[in-house]
Amino acid sequence: MALLGAEVNAGDVLFRGVAALFAITIVLVLGAMAIQMWVAARPSIAHSGWRFIVGRDWDPVRDSFGALPFIYGTLVSSLLALGIAVPISLGVAVFLTELAPPWLRSPVSFLVELLAAVPSVIYGLWGIFALAPFLRNHLEPFLGKTLGFLPLFQGPHQGFGMLAGGIILAIMITPTISSVSREVLRAVPDSLREGALALGSTRWEALRHTILPYARSGIVGAIILGLGRALGETMAITMVIGNRTDISVSLFAPGYTMASVIANEFTEATGDVYLGALAEIGLLLFAVTLILNVVARLLVWRVGRAPEGARG
Amino acid sequence: MIQSLALARTSEATRESARTPARPSAAPDRPKMRAEALRAHFGKTEVLKGITLPVESTTVTAIIGPSGCGKSTFIRCLNRMHEVVSGARVAGKVLLDLQDIYAPDVDPVRVRRRVGMVFQKPNPFPTMTIRENVLAGLKLNGLRPKDTEELVERALRQVALWDEVKDVLSRSGTSLSGGQQQRLCIARSLALEPEVLLMDEPCSALDPIATARVEELIHELRERYTIVIVTHNMQQAARVADFTAFFYLGELVEYDRTDVIFTRPSEKKTEDYITGRFG
Repeated sequence: MALLGAEVNAGDVLFRGVAALFAITIVLVLGAMAIQMWVAARPSIAHSGWRFIVGRDWDPVRDSFGALPFIYGTLVSSLLALGIAVPISLGVAVFLTELAPPWLRSPVSFLVELLAAVPSVIYGLWGIFALAPFLRNHLEPFLGKTLGFLPLFQGPHQGFGMLAGGIILAIMITPTISSVSREVLRAVPDSLREGALALGSTRWEALRHTILPYARSGIVGAIILGLGRALGETMAITMVIGNRTDISVSLFAPGYTMASVIANEFTEATGDVYLGALAEIGLLLFAVTLILNVVARLLVWRVGRAPEGARG
Repeated sequence: MIQSLALARTSEATRESARTPARPSAAPDRPKMRAEALRAHFGKTEVLKGITLPVESTTVTAIIGPSGCGKSTFIRCLNRMHEVVSGARVAGKVLLDLQDIYAPDVDPVRVRRRVGMVFQKPNPFPTMTIRENVLAGLKLNGLRPKDTEELVERALRQVALWDEVKDVLSRSGTSLSGGQQQRLCIARSLALEPEVLLMDEPCSALDPIATARVEELIHELRERYTIVIVTHNMQQAARVADFTAFFYLGELVEYDRTDVIFTRPSEKKTEDYITGRFG
């Protein structure tokens, strides 16, 4: 009997050990990446210091590395993407949980999630052949005519630029935001829905005053997950944003993003400082997306736990 | 609009109570609500098989019966909440002041404003404070009454909750105990001044003391409101209701004055149920 017990135990110990090993591997890989990037970035940190983050001049030939245009491009294109994707995604999520007839729910959610499965280079190609010409010939002239008094919509119509990048990113992050928001809305107890309806509210009033407030932090989490994806997206946006190291207020003008510059210049980077500069951009991007994802997770967890107890 | 409804109802209530002092001994001339050949489905299952039942004005009507007999479905049909669940259908008529609430031109939102509902599990809105919960019905309907503080106090006094919560009005509605939450939900319904109040096993999640308070409350509300209460607790029906209906397997077996149902039921099934032989 003791022998039998010992055997079972050995199996359990082995199982636990192997599982723990796999789990730890992830943490180690993450840590190793951070350390490796830090090490690679050190020459650049020593060379540029703070000028790296605030400098606007990126000229590897003269060893001048100011990454601000990339930071600007990443932030602006991602925020633009959020501005477009958030209303659409929330509309999709609300439609799928609150309004759509049951037979329509699965096919529509499936299609929306299919968008996430399209390889990003395909989005890029579509951007080059369809989106950019459309923007150049139709949308940008229209915006220039109607909203041209805003600095955002001034300048030549090129198709390739910040606007194209933002739209491509918006399409790519819509599945993320809408499917997470849908889960969050589904977690809202039916009793709240019924309570609101029984008070004589319309679906819209119930949504606005009881369901959305309840789901708010979870939806914010969904948006941040989408933002994380937009910040890190490389291929598609590199193909349409124009890749010019410039800071321009106009959305029609070409820009550059952190992920794009790493992808474009890494193969031709010579010298420790140049390589280090690209690594430092990577490190910044890594840190920003990591922090955003942690925040998003925390927010999603908060809505998952039903706030039954005292609040406020 | 709320004001005029309130006025109309108060005068009706005073007339009623002048004529029938304590307990309506016989049915008043016209019922407040009336279900006629009411059928309800969930998908392919027929849950209610043609119910015809009056709900007398300013009385308490109890619906009793074993689990799955359709009693909750029945009262959810009285304010068009049944159809909120997907796959649910209703056929037949429900008259509210002689108007069919299932007529094609009737807006369910309007019906629910006049026929309030209290659920089995207390469901105060967790994102709102106690004060906001009381005012939720008005806010949800886009009404902005001027004397909100007075309104909150009146609604909370009606449910005997004012003294317990008057100092914590800006705490979350879910910070209260279960019984307090349920009374808050009743106050929330009353703030809209409904004509009929539907209660779906309002005490099933409460302890005996909280239950006693809610029953006391039902007793007081009867003076002004028409109440329909679903309960699995026969003693409760006997204590609070003027009329009792016994449902079994989606059919109305018997409906009469409560004392008649509990002392001289005419159906064998009713007698078996209230004496605890099944259910």
